Amino acid sequence: MLGSLHFGSAITAAFLASLVEAVEALTIVLAVATVRGWRPAGLGALSGLAVLALIVIALGPVLSLIPLHVLQLAIGVLLLLFGMRWLRKAILRAAGYIALHDEAAAFASETAELQDQARRHEARLDWLAGLASFKAVLLEGLEVVFIVIAVSAGRGALLPVSAAAFAACALVALAGLVVHRPLARVPENTLKFAVGVLLSAFGLFWTGEGLGVAWPGDDLAILGFIALFLVTGLGAVALLGRRASVVAS
Amino acid sequence: MSTLSAIVRELIGLFVDDGALALAIVAVVIAAGLAAALAPAAAWASGGILLFGCLGVLVVNVMTAKRC
Repeated sequence: MLGSLHFGSAITAAFLASLVEAVEALTIVLAVATVRGWRPAGLGALSGLAVLALIVIALGPVLSLIPLHVLQLAIGVLLLLFGMRWLRKAILRAAGYIALHDEAAAFASETAELQDQARRHEARLDWLAGLASFKAVLLEGLEVVFIVIAVSAGRGALLPVSAAAFAACALVALAGLVVHRPLARVPENTLKFAVGVLLSAFGLFWTGEGLGVAWPGDDLAILGFIALFLVTGLGAVALLGRRASVVAS
Repeated sequence: MSTLSAIVRELIGLFVDDGALALAIVAVVIAAGLAAALAPAAAWASGGILLFGCLGVLVVNVMTAKRC
């Protein structure tokens, strides 16, 4: 029961986070394809995926050499930094303190930059366009790889969690191929809020385990942490929203 | 070279966006680690520092954020 609970939360976190990252990478790849065609966009994206595969193949055996409590502590702290960064941004975006991430605007900006490069470096453009696609897939993919490794660390959940991440990326790629434009309707901030809550909860759990804390209820504590981060996040959004309306009036 | 440095910058940015938040989280983890090392029998105290420290850091950080 506890194992399936942990698996369920890890799979949900990996799926939702991969969905967000894949949407962001797809926006750049689509912009490259729009300006220079599918050849540089596809080659760049495939090269990015190949480098990611090499990183995973190289990292796998190294991780198994690290003592479990050291791995838990290191991954826990990184997850806390990563998850709370997402949660903070999502709270501030939901409260209107910073602008929402706009895939259509990101697509327009990347397209404009590539067109500007086209005017300046016509001969090197395919290379530059491919590089933009490569960088987007590599950077967003690294976040996916980190999340997959982090939420499945030490619990033998790597395969199901990887499958969830792969399913999310395949879903986004398929949607991108069908609609041929950025997936601007994906509720990105809500997904980031949810992922921020899940990753922060996992980070707290792993950091504590790494420090030798015996959490009450073992894996069940993760559910409690998810609830606490969720309530805190929603409360912060409400408080910030109220403050903004008081200032406005 | 500029692409490589951009990649490195973005990699660091994955974990550190707001420096104050990152520093505060690290400080909470260090405090929890010290508590665990000084009083191993009371590991629950270390867990409490970690849990309420992280939640507190998040609340303080967002409540002091400025609109942009």
